[in-house]
Amino acid sequence: MGEVHPALILLAGGLLLFALPTGPRRVVSVLLPVFGFLNLLAIPEGAMWQITWGGYEMVALRVDKLSLLFGYSFHLAAFIGAIYALHLKDRLQIGTGLIYAGSGVGAVFAGDLIALFVFWELLAITSVFLVWARGGERALRSGMRYLAMQIASGLLLLIGAVCCYLKTGSLSFDHIGLGATYHYLLLFAFGIKCAFPLLHNWLIDAYPESTPAGTVFLSAFTTKTAVYALARGFAGEEVLIYIGAVMTIFPIFYAAIENDMRRVLSYSMINQIGFMTVGIGLGGALGINGAVSHAFNDVIFKGLLFMSMGAILFRTGSIKASELGGLYKSMPWTCACCIVGASSISAIPLFSGFISKSMVIQGAADSGAVVLWLVLLFASAGVLHHAGIKIPFFAFFSHDAKIRCREAPLNMRVAMTISAVLCVVIGSYPPLLYDLLPHPVDYVPYTTTHVVLQLQLVFFAVLAFVVLMLTGNYPPELPCVNLDVDWVYRRALPAAVRGVVRTGGPIVDGFFAGGKALVQKLIAAIREQHNTEGLFGRAWLSQSNVLIAIIFLAIYLIYFF
Amino acid sequence: MIDAHLPILLIVAPLVSAPLCVLLRQKTLVWAFAFVVCLASLGMASLLLVRVLQDGVISYALGGWIAPWGIEYRVDVVNAFVLLLVAIIAAALVVFALPSAADEIAAEQHYLFYAAYLLCFAGLMGIAITGDAFNVFVFLEISSLSSYALIALGRDRRALIASYQYLIMGTLGATFIVIGIGLMYMMTGTLNMADLSERLPAMFETRTAMVAFAFLSVGLAIKAAMFPLHAWLPNAYCYAPSVVTAFLAATATKVSIYAFLRFTFTVWGAEFVFERLNFDALLIPLSLVGIYAASLSAIYQTDVKRLLAYSSVAQIGYMMLGIGFVSVTGLTGGMVHLFNHAMMKAALFLAVGCVVLRVGSSKLADWKGMGRRMPITMAAFVLAGLSLIGVPLTVGFVSKWYLILAALEKGWWPIALLALLSSLLAVVYVWRVVEVAYFQRMDEPAPVKEAPWPMQVSMWVLTGATLYFGLQTDLTVRVAQRAAMGLLGVTP
Repeated sequence: MGEVHPALILLAGGLLLFALPTGPRRVVSVLLPVFGFLNLLAIPEGAMWQITWGGYEMVALRVDKLSLLFGYSFHLAAFIGAIYALHLKDRLQIGTGLIYAGSGVGAVFAGDLIALFVFWELLAITSVFLVWARGGERALRSGMRYLAMQIASGLLLLIGAVCCYLKTGSLSFDHIGLGATYHYLLLFAFGIKCAFPLLHNWLIDAYPESTPAGTVFLSAFTTKTAVYALARGFAGEEVLIYIGAVMTIFPIFYAAIENDMRRVLSYSMINQIGFMTVGIGLGGALGINGAVSHAFNDVIFKGLLFMSMGAILFRTGSIKASELGGLYKSMPWTCACCIVGASSISAIPLFSGFISKSMVIQGAADSGAVVLWLVLLFASAGVLHHAGIKIPFFAFFSHDAKIRCREAPLNMRVAMTISAVLCVVIGSYPPLLYDLLPHPVDYVPYTTTHVVLQLQLVFFAVLAFVVLMLTGNYPPELPCVNLDVDWVYRRALPAAVRGVVRTGGPIVDGFFAGGKALVQKLIAAIREQHNTEGLFGRAWLSQSNVLIAIIFLAIYLIYFF
Repeated sequence: MIDAHLPILLIVAPLVSAPLCVLLRQKTLVWAFAFVVCLASLGMASLLLVRVLQDGVISYALGGWIAPWGIEYRVDVVNAFVLLLVAIIAAALVVFALPSAADEIAAEQHYLFYAAYLLCFAGLMGIAITGDAFNVFVFLEISSLSSYALIALGRDRRALIASYQYLIMGTLGATFIVIGIGLMYMMTGTLNMADLSERLPAMFETRTAMVAFAFLSVGLAIKAAMFPLHAWLPNAYCYAPSVVTAFLAATATKVSIYAFLRFTFTVWGAEFVFERLNFDALLIPLSLVGIYAASLSAIYQTDVKRLLAYSSVAQIGYMMLGIGFVSVTGLTGGMVHLFNHAMMKAALFLAVGCVVLRVGSSKLADWKGMGRRMPITMAAFVLAGLSLIGVPLTVGFVSKWYLILAALEKGWWPIALLALLSSLLAVVYVWRVVEVAYFQRMDEPAPVKEAPWPMQVSMWVLTGATLYFGLQTDLTVRVAQRAAMGLLGVTP
């Protein structure tokens, strides 16, 4: 136990932040990830922190190349996020933000399912405060829905862990694979956090509701922890390829018509995780390397994009494409950083996205699945359009919305610049990242084929955008609500019930009304019976107590006879 | 030399100190005396557990009269564990009592409070330590009578009625127990537990045996406040002085459950109770109904003390559920929860006590803005509340883990699911307090004022314990496991 657990520094430090006055809090918040990172460099590989937890040998700290890569990435994200949040006077956001980062770090270093579960739940509980930090009824309700999904994921993980222990007698978290029922429970648990299709609504729902700094933190940890868990537990499972492929495709349509810029980025996030999921599903050195390196890059460039949008929200108070435009005059620095981020996410050569995403696409090509390869190419073009062009274009150029504001605060600009520089450096000098990957890399990103292919994609996507804009066929940016599958359970189901009731005649009508009344009656009855006036909630008379005791004795006697 | 007499010293010290308190009378002096006695008992109880873990069962013949003729004190892992628990709580709470009792109990009754407190403590320790069935009844009466007095010390007039109700139910329970013991004596001619367990199997076919067990188990269920025999508990907890509430919530019901375990497993044997009488088929549904009914009642309470009281009834359901599984894992879960729940419920009631000291009320409506007014106290409340829900890193999670593991071991996944879902009810009732304390503004701004430091210290010691034992489960789980094996007669 000689080593300091990497999560401990961020967790304890995050708690400490609540106690500090503003000045020292700012200094400490930036220093914490640095200390954590230095500590991480000193930790040898292997299993440490073996704790006996009631008869189980637990490994709270397992260090190998896979977990280290995510550990580095999370510390980097925490560092950049802390700088971005420096201007805040609110101790809640930075405190929970760093504890949240610590939970993510803890989860990727967890060597067994119970330690993973603990940090998994901690991620859920701490992150919801970042959603609530925005204040207001909308954020509160959105946060509640978010929390419900996250807790559900945690419960599935717990049940899966218990079943795993009963079946195998071990709780260690290594390759799980698919076979027994509890494997699927675990896959579902990871899948919720990973925003698998149909399970993804919490992300679209909650992330855009958070504060500017809150969303930056949120975008880094939860989904990437899930990607790590998938890479650890389900590498090479074919089903992930299909799930990932769907994830890359469906968000691009939503992203194209969405008006809230941070919601566009949230959709784009699912799309990027789709690429990682495909990589994990492909398995093998190339697939896994591609997936985790893309996760590493995504933390940086998606964070950068969220930061630039957050800066706009912070300065203008709006984040709707329909209300923005022409901001490059007021916020040139933010604009430049945003373009770097957009180039990275679009995987333009010399930017970081290129060296990782092309690995996944190459993996798909190598596997011989032509359809998959085409799907991924189409999805890449889609990303390019909605994240690479749409985000900077509508925010900073487009029609001038006549908003004149100040440039983003210095700390925000510094944070964005660090990310932007990283995007370019990693993109231009791939060995920097490749040396950290779990498997040895023999992939060369800068070959003529890769570069030309990617540039072709870029040109055609730009061409399509320009043609659509000039002919006036581009979907206009309207302040409206887009329907996603959560519409099914939030609106359609109740509406369908109403529809059936309306058309289904008196019998069905009576059935549904009866059902509704039954539920209402049940709740009312529970309240009536259990409140302070009710049967169960009030004090009972002595004689009835005695009577119950005697009846009870009689029941026992009859039962025993 | 004195070492050999540890078991009796543990009982005699508080028992003799009680009348001395009455003689001392002076308030601070009495407190200091009670404090020293509780601390010494804690030391002795820890020593006893260490000794038992090392050397196995300790048998002490009272007055040199060898069992089965004389009274035997018999300490194994099970009761050494319970003894330590009661001693920890008593020592932590006596610190808390200094400012809290001074505030809530009339000055001229202070020495009586400490006397009754020590008597109750001695009674509870006695139930746990003795190996003699009738002696259990004697100590039960000592602890019960003193707890009636303790509850009646509450300032609210209704404390008297609550105490009276508890007296009726407690007496009824004690009567049932003594009838059960009497029948056992009639059948076997002995009162020594070890002796009883040897002679009872010959009587298993008789109806008397069944009747005796029925009386005994209903009597103990009343004392343990098992649903639906819990009705004396909410009012007693609600109107008693805060420190008394915390003490009774953490120890009295737990010791009754211990007595239930002892009679069921050691005296009668699991074979008779669960195979012949199929008691588990009655116990498990009853505990599940209890968990849900009491948790739902807790949700709708308007007084924090009552809310926590109903939650206690629900938590007793979990312990009974663990016992009902009749497996090592299940009993471990039950025993661990017994220990853990004592820690967290004491911490919660102490937090309530701190608020009562400053605000004078435990009504939920008066708790608006408490998060700002007493941030340290409310932080302890939230942490202990998380434990009650069973959030990981707290002790509550440890207990839930074993209960769910035990259910799945048997393949009873619906029960595992029900137990898991019931934690959601705990989320609701803890959240109700948190919502009022943190999200509702107080009507008129009041300055930050925390409770005096002795109260803070004892509250945080127990809150810290809920976190410490959540991570470091070596002591609790290992001991509970050994206790469970001992009860089931399984060799490790």
